[in-house]
Amino acid sequence: MALTRAQVENIAHLARLELEAAEIPQFQQNLSRIVDFIGELERADTAGVAPMAHPLPGLAQRLRPDEVTERDEHELYQRNAPQVASGLYLVPKVIE
Amino acid sequence: MIHRQTLTQLAADLRTRKVGSVELVRAFLARIEASQPALNAFVSITAEQALAAAEAADRALAAGRGGALEGVPIGHKDLFCTAGVRTTCGSRMLENFISPYDATVVARLKAAGAVMLGKLNMDEFAMGSSNETSHFGPVRNPWNTALVPGGSSGGSAAAVAARLVPAATATDTGGSIRQPAAFCGVTGIKPTYGRVSRYGMIAFASSLDQGGVIAASAEDAARVLREMAGFDPRDSTSVDAPVPDYLAGLDAPLAGVRIGLLKEFFDKGLDPHYERCVREALAVFERLGASLREVSLPNIPLSVPVYYVVAPAECSSNLARYDGVRFGHRCAEARDLEDLYKRSRSEGFGAEVKRRIMTGTYVLSAGYYDAYYLKAQRVRRLIAGDFERAFGEVDLLMGPTTPTAAFALGAKTADPITMYLNDIYTISANLAGLPAMSVPCGFAAGLPVGLQIIGPHFAEQRLLHAAHRFQLETDWHLRIPGEYA
Repeated sequence: MALTRAQVENIAHLARLELEAAEIPQFQQNLSRIVDFIGELERADTAGVAPMAHPLPGLAQRLRPDEVTERDEHELYQRNAPQVASGLYLVPKVIE
Repeated sequence: MIHRQTLTQLAADLRTRKVGSVELVRAFLARIEASQPALNAFVSITAEQALAAAEAADRALAAGRGGALEGVPIGHKDLFCTAGVRTTCGSRMLENFISPYDATVVARLKAAGAVMLGKLNMDEFAMGSSNETSHFGPVRNPWNTALVPGGSSGGSAAAVAARLVPAATATDTGGSIRQPAAFCGVTGIKPTYGRVSRYGMIAFASSLDQGGVIAASAEDAARVLREMAGFDPRDSTSVDAPVPDYLAGLDAPLAGVRIGLLKEFFDKGLDPHYERCVREALAVFERLGASLREVSLPNIPLSVPVYYVVAPAECSSNLARYDGVRFGHRCAEARDLEDLYKRSRSEGFGAEVKRRIMTGTYVLSAGYYDAYYLKAQRVRRLIAGDFERAFGEVDLLMGPTTPTAAFALGAKTADPITMYLNDIYTISANLAGLPAMSVPCGFAAGLPVGLQIIGPHFAEQRLLHAAHRFQLETDWHLRIPGEYA
């Protein structure tokens, strides 16, 4: 199935990516190939087969006791932030 | 020459003070420096920290103390977080990211006394099969630098093949340990999903990612894996089960072991020279007393399409965290928040990562979720069921690791599907969460060939045992590329 240019632009927007106009045809072509390729799955007979979300049979995600185990280390973690002031992450103004 | 020693031998020599850790670290660092222009296996070399750690290891060893890997030099794939050391994941997005903490794997190997020499190059965010998607340039294959080392753990495999480190950590989401191990002629093991903690391992596809080891031999891999594996409360998918001593029983006879030949892996896509090496390896197992029989897993041919739904879906969700706000690359002079997100991500990610994020976004979007994502999860269960039935009849499954030996740089970059099909024999083990290895088993037209061994859940010991017995009979794993021998 060939994806249209508009579809590719919409997917990019949903993924919060900005594609340059010149790269769009390449992504359009690659993604159309990928969508065709995964379309093969349609042929598989999966009637009555439950989706498999965890690779180990019978194991559910573990829960931990609701206890505080970590220290507040926001200063350490914020050292990697592009812009911080008074312990807060800074972003462009959201509300006018 | 010191670099030709196995990790097992080096660990013993360190213990008896036949060699010092500082001496070893200096020798391997010199090899790394010398190899960088040709191989580019490392993104960061941590010489200063390594020498300090080696001095501490020598003091511990002199006092008769120290862990199982005390003083042994290793490298970490640059996807494992290392406190205070840059962790890039092969991406511009994390070019300047200094991890505030150690991954559990890093912490455990440190506690065992291993000395990190640096961080190994890889495909960007582990998305690639040739190491060509790294922001830091491709790694080259030490057997022939016109060829790729495989990926995504290409730096780990090339470094061990050229004996720049005796062993390296690596990760495998669809073949990223086994395929480069095969291409570079070294031994790699991807453990059972949940066996090795994913804490501090930068996430790509959370239901498939698993950390493991690349080393020169199965015995060396067992020695490292023994220190890495085990329950970690910080990883909610870590399995709380005892870890057997992977070194115990390695020498036991193989008589009576039932080996299944994966029929679908010996298809028309398999290179005939490659196939000959794999069949000769299987004959060695037969001579060792194992029995061979063909086993068919009918749903296996659907592994690659299932993977290219599940992995991109999980990737698009995992990589949503890179928003230019809390860490990672941020674009200059953003107009508003959406512009900040979009341009930071577009500048920070390379083309392959963008393709995977977009594929994942597409298969998870309204109207397509059932047709692609749920359908893929159903087929995933069929594939897992095929393995379960097979392991009712045999103890291990064997086949080739890849359809061909290493290919040339640039040969498969034009079409993503051509690149994806390179993982056709490795992906199914990730989908089913099974442990799997690649073991050097010969040379096709002068290039290394990998034998793949797959076992049931938590049968790492069985895999390592079979591989070790094979390596007692053969010397493929001891071959070192001429320039590095």
